[in-house]
Amino acid sequence: MTNESLQELIGSWSPNLEFNEEGSQYLNVTVPIEELHAVMFKLKHDDQTSFDYLFCLTGVDWGEELGVVYHLESTNFRHSLVVKTQTAERENPVVDSVYDIWATAEFHEREVYDFFGIKFNNHPNLKRLFLTDDWDGFPLRKDYEDNINMIIK
Amino acid sequence: METVTLNSNFKSEEYFINMGPQHPATHGVLRLLLTIDGEIIKKVEPDLGYIHRSIEKMCERDSYQQIVHLTDRMDYLSANINNEAVCLTVENALQLEIPERVKVIRTIIGELTRISSHCLWWGVMGMDVGALTTYFYGFRDRELLNDIFEETCGARLTMNYNVPGGLMFDIHPNFVKRVKEFIAHFKTKLPEYDRLLTDNVIFQKRTKGVGILSKEDAISYGASGPVGRASGYSCDVRKHHPYSALDKVTFKEALRTEGDTYARYLVRIQEMWESLSIVEQLIDNIPEGEYRVPTKAVIKLPKGEYFQKVETARGELGVYIISTGLKSPYRLKFRSPGFSNLSLLNHIAVGGKIGDLVATMATLDLVIPDIDR
Repeated sequence: MTNESLQELIGSWSPNLEFNEEGSQYLNVTVPIEELHAVMFKLKHDDQTSFDYLFCLTGVDWGEELGVVYHLESTNFRHSLVVKTQTAERENPVVDSVYDIWATAEFHEREVYDFFGIKFNNHPNLKRLFLTDDWDGFPLRKDYEDNINMIIK
Repeated sequence: METVTLNSNFKSEEYFINMGPQHPATHGVLRLLLTIDGEIIKKVEPDLGYIHRSIEKMCERDSYQQIVHLTDRMDYLSANINNEAVCLTVENALQLEIPERVKVIRTIIGELTRISSHCLWWGVMGMDVGALTTYFYGFRDRELLNDIFEETCGARLTMNYNVPGGLMFDIHPNFVKRVKEFIAHFKTKLPEYDRLLTDNVIFQKRTKGVGILSKEDAISYGASGPVGRASGYSCDVRKHHPYSALDKVTFKEALRTEGDTYARYLVRIQEMWESLSIVEQLIDNIPEGEYRVPTKAVIKLPKGEYFQKVETARGELGVYIISTGLKSPYRLKFRSPGFSNLSLLNHIAVGGKIGDLVATMATLDLVIPDIDR
């Protein structure tokens, strides 16, 4: 499917989706955090979209908000889509897990939790992946400070 | 003679055992927490982070030229392809026109890197299942490639040969001659690999029907590279999103449908033949021209997001750069193939034996710094 027809189809599912193609080679859609799981489920299981391959899951600290970026591809139709969601809650950010939709999300979400402190609802095994359990803070956040291990130029 | 019947009330008990972080079959510092019942695996939980260096955080501080150096240290067996991935992302973002010569040389060295990586994997694979000879055969042939790399880039492993805009320096005058010699040599050695290990009955019994991954699961777990292709999942980035000179060559994507350990093995052997063929198609036709186009000393990418995929020896490496227009990326994410391939280990190892786990892990071809980054 072309980006235009993808946008038309997905846009008809919910009025709260924002589309953007500027500054990216993919079509970007920003989904409100409470609709994320439903939209993601449909993206995979709808016959026309069939996004069965989650090839990248990234946590991003936007300064004010914390966000998660999902890169999706359909192995059938070879079209791609970037789904973004974000939350302004920095103390206790919670996003629905998509582990039940794409199994690869289990490890990727643990990595995001480890480095950004974003919690994932319904995740089967949400604990730190790389760092030790008693690590203080979330290193990939922009406001993380570590005077011993970080060299700041 | 009296027949001894086993007590039917005999109960087995699940227990927990550590495999690694210094286990020879994990090839690096990977710790697996195994829950086993006798010799049957009930659960495999990887414990990561022993060599995590937080390359992604370092990238947020470094310039784009500096980032290339760090990628050598991720999947060190595909060092050149990792370098290429970052350079391609930066070049695409700057919309630089890259000379044909650079593209061809990058592809040749990329494919030689793949052969060299698969040689090491093949040697180690044999060793993991108890055939020590393969280790020496694999390293013998890999050494020839390392010598070629050393002559051209000055390094044998962490090559650091690509820079944004092209190559660090031109190829060595001996390069073409020596690569041709290698191709002629390796074509006689690959059938030897088959005779020694592929057709070995004991090896086949150890690997056939072990660690089966279905196509649906391969896609769902984000498997890529030979792991995905052995399950019939066509996932070769070189075919679907060609980069550098890969759109100018013809090669077959190595696909199998069995999805077991033996299929993953066969896919990699087939890939070595295909890589040889790609290099053969290009080696006589390296175009004349510049080996590098000048870039600014301080590279600033325009505001936006950039994604580039390449096919390393292990699978799909993704570089995702979010730029705010400064000299360093705002956020840089490496989607590494080993990370996703490791995540499916529990799925395919459960129900098997510990010995099968070793064989299965060998065909996942994990490189731990690639997972830990």
